[in-house]
Amino acid sequence: MTVANLAALDGMRALTCPEPEREIGGVYIGDLLSWVMGRAKADDAWITIMTNINVVAVAALADTACIVLAEGVAPEQAVLDTAGAKGVNILQCGRPIYETALLLHENL
Amino acid sequence: MNEPLTFQYAVDGDNFTSAGQASVQVKKVLRRLGLDPETIRRVSIAMYEGEINMVIHAGGGEAEVRIYEDSIEIVLRDSGPGIADIDQAMQEGFSTAPDNIRSLGFGAGMGLPNMKRYTDSMQIESTVGVGTTITMRVDL
Repeated sequence: MTVANLAALDGMRALTCPEPEREIGGVYIGDLLSWVMGRAKADDAWITIMTNINVVAVAALADTACIVLAEGVAPEQAVLDTAGAKGVNILQCGRPIYETALLLHENL
Repeated sequence: MNEPLTFQYAVDGDNFTSAGQASVQVKKVLRRLGLDPETIRRVSIAMYEGEINMVIHAGGGEAEVRIYEDSIEIVLRDSGPGIADIDQAMQEGFSTAPDNIRSLGFGAGMGLPNMKRYTDSMQIESTVGVGTTITMRVDL
């Protein structure tokens, strides 16, 4: 499943999607950034509620397929601009984290 | 042996939002050199964790990356407070980061363990009140 496919699911929305054809290989959930860098795998979809600028660097360096912001949280425009420039996909899901994870589980 | 390709970066200690710029630069360089994605990922995460540590604890510092034919060496040098108990600092979950750093999602006590996890060797030289130098190597 590509990031574009994920973004098209009911309940999902692309906030910035510079690399829509990226394949999603798995899922990781977490808000502690070093934990994510230690445990997430390349090509994971990363579900979080953190929206500060550092999530963009973490996603870029950990090479995740996309960030999925759960609970409907929204980052500042500057974060989206940086993500777009660095090739980091950010999606948003209005559902709680668990249900966001289920949505991925059902569709991967 | 050929001279290594060397890159030097200053890590700004005041600017938390720009932390990671050196790592992102290194990632680009390694990509251009055609290294495999997992090696690039390991080097850039280890370096980013080190950069973040220098910003949180040491007011910045300097980073040097040397690319040899068979390995990549990352040297992070700061003039911060030093690490009193390195064994304790290496434990997952141990952290001295302040609350404002934790609210950003850092300070989970995973930085140094991640640096060790993603590199083939890591040496910490630290003197309290003088500073810390960390040398990491990733084999190619």
